[in-house]
Amino acid sequence: MLLLIQYTLIFASVLVLVALGGCFSEHSGVINIGLEGIMVMGALGGALMMKYLPEGTPAFFMILLVILAAVAVGMLFSLLLGVAAIRFSADQTLVGTALNLLGPAAAVVLVRAINMAESADNVSSTVMYGQAKKAFLMNIGKFEFNWFMLIALLVLIASYVVLYKTRFGLRLMACGEHPQAADSVGINVYKMRYAGVLISGALGGLGGLVYITAGVSEWKFENGVAGFGFLALAVMIFGQWKPVNIGLAALLFALFRALSNVYTGIDLLVALNLPSTVYNMFPYIISLVVLVFVSKKSRAPKAEGIPYDKGQR
Amino acid sequence: MSQDLRKKESILRNSGFQTILASLLCIVLGLLVGFIVLLIINPSGAAGAIAAILKNFLYYPSGAAAIKYFGTTLVNASALLMCSLSVLFAYKVGLFNIGAAGQYVVGAGACLYCALALKMPWIVCLIAAVVAAALVGGISGALKAYFNVNEVISCIMLNWISLYCVNMLLTGVKEQTTPYTTPLSSGNKSALLPNLGLDKLFNKNEFVTIGLPLAVIMAILVWVLLEKTKFGYELKATGLNKNAAKYCGMKEQRNVILTMMIAGGLAGFAAGIYYLTGIEQWMVQQTSVPAMGFNGIAAAFLGGLNPIGTIFSSYFIQHITSGGTYVDKSMYCSQISDLISAFIIYLCGFVLFFRLWLNRWLDKRDEKAKKGGKA
Repeated sequence: MLLLIQYTLIFASVLVLVALGGCFSEHSGVINIGLEGIMVMGALGGALMMKYLPEGTPAFFMILLVILAAVAVGMLFSLLLGVAAIRFSADQTLVGTALNLLGPAAAVVLVRAINMAESADNVSSTVMYGQAKKAFLMNIGKFEFNWFMLIALLVLIASYVVLYKTRFGLRLMACGEHPQAADSVGINVYKMRYAGVLISGALGGLGGLVYITAGVSEWKFENGVAGFGFLALAVMIFGQWKPVNIGLAALLFALFRALSNVYTGIDLLVALNLPSTVYNMFPYIISLVVLVFVSKKSRAPKAEGIPYDKGQR
Repeated sequence: MSQDLRKKESILRNSGFQTILASLLCIVLGLLVGFIVLLIINPSGAAGAIAAILKNFLYYPSGAAAIKYFGTTLVNASALLMCSLSVLFAYKVGLFNIGAAGQYVVGAGACLYCALALKMPWIVCLIAAVVAAALVGGISGALKAYFNVNEVISCIMLNWISLYCVNMLLTGVKEQTTPYTTPLSSGNKSALLPNLGLDKLFNKNEFVTIGLPLAVIMAILVWVLLEKTKFGYELKATGLNKNAAKYCGMKEQRNVILTMMIAGGLAGFAAGIYYLTGIEQWMVQQTSVPAMGFNGIAAAFLGGLNPIGTIFSSYFIQHITSGGTYVDKSMYCSQISDLISAFIIYLCGFVLFFRLWLNRWLDKRDEKAKKGGKA
């Protein structure tokens, strides 16, 4: 049971971080489908930093540097979406899909090149960071508390405050609802949208880092992030673009995702004798069911997906 | 005055030509970026690697072997063509069918199950693939039409659900010791697509079947459907402005569901003409959806969203994807061609901007010429 709570919280942290990233981007008016690619690249940044940090660095610095690396790489990668969608009016769904394909491919190429440079026999796409990972954990009794759970909670609270209580957040949301009106009062819509995309890149990269460090000490980059970016998008839609609801939705989805890892420990579920693939499918089936009930009265930002054209009304 | 009225139609203004030019530019830039990445990884072998990707089957010195592998590339390209038609068809109606990959998986599962468990001949298996995939596409369509569920998200969820379901289904027809399904040549010979002599054209490559001409015929049929039929016109109208179409009496909910079903059927057909050649067996422990569906997105946009254009773009994408397997493995990995394809899709997003920029440049040039003439 404790293991279930642990897995649920860590998966929920990933979903919360990435979904909040998508939330910021869509509130500013840019649809960010490319979260999966951003997660992979952020994870790559963090993993490489963990691999190359010397062993003696104190835990605090290690956590800080790794997080900074993941955030920076995520932000850089999301700039690809930002420039294409904001400056060049590209179709945002298409560019997002391109990022989803580009991220994992680039990650595998880079990791393989690094591994092969180290030793000509190593052609795997795995990055190992066992030592560094221990810095993230802290044991409270039998419960393995991961600092990222706290970070995710803090980001959630910060997002609520920024979006609803600060001028920046309110202006950001205005750019996604009615950019022409926002422009007429002097808000630079382009800058706000870039901010939204960069924030989504930062949070997406951080989410990717948390995903690959959850429970394992090495990551095979060929796997990408197994659809987690899209689950986060479903969380965002289920949460109706509101931080608090996103947090609750993330817990729900994470619970089902965690079940597939730990159901062997729960006697009730073992007795049902379902094949393991059914548990793997659970999060996706639940997402579909949930989306059916929620999408009719969707409170999506009104002007999302439409490139901003100053000349139009 | 008459000179102003009769604007000289330079070929550069022709939208079809502009799209072709933009696609060629995307290809050149994509290959250039790939070359730069190869240079960064290992400068010595970069030129050789990019040449290997571009040469693909021409890598083999003997003409006979080259022709044989050309046939294999064409088999892959025909499946890719169908997947890209699936994406293209839905996009014309305003829907982004990212679920082509999942519909492909369902098609594969249906045709392989019919072939290996139900021992059906190839025509039944092919139809089963199309129908099953169409149904899955229809689910996304219905969710969008009746519940306003974003089709991208529902398609992604269905991709994963389909993958796990098909893995479970095909575990019943796999070999004893390996995680692969039994090959059709030993499991059920009647399920293999007929060659009709095409295999001899490609140096007895038994995987070249009627699937090839069928795919091209399908591309032409899709073009006819979209451009020359009332139904196609209605679909395009629904995509351009849903409310205006509804005002005209077009049933937009029915159109959305039908479109996704057709798109799904096209992807299922892709799986049918690929797996029923016996070229590959299904690995029942796959953890990710096959790339064919996602490369279809690249091919659809690279072909300028025109069915005839996709014939060429899907061949090109397959050419470089297969070419990626010939790079020197001691220096690089085959994912480099995935990277190039992904970057080409990224650049395709800029095509609209490129056309706007070109038109504006042409306008300025014409205005200068006019001013010069008047002065």
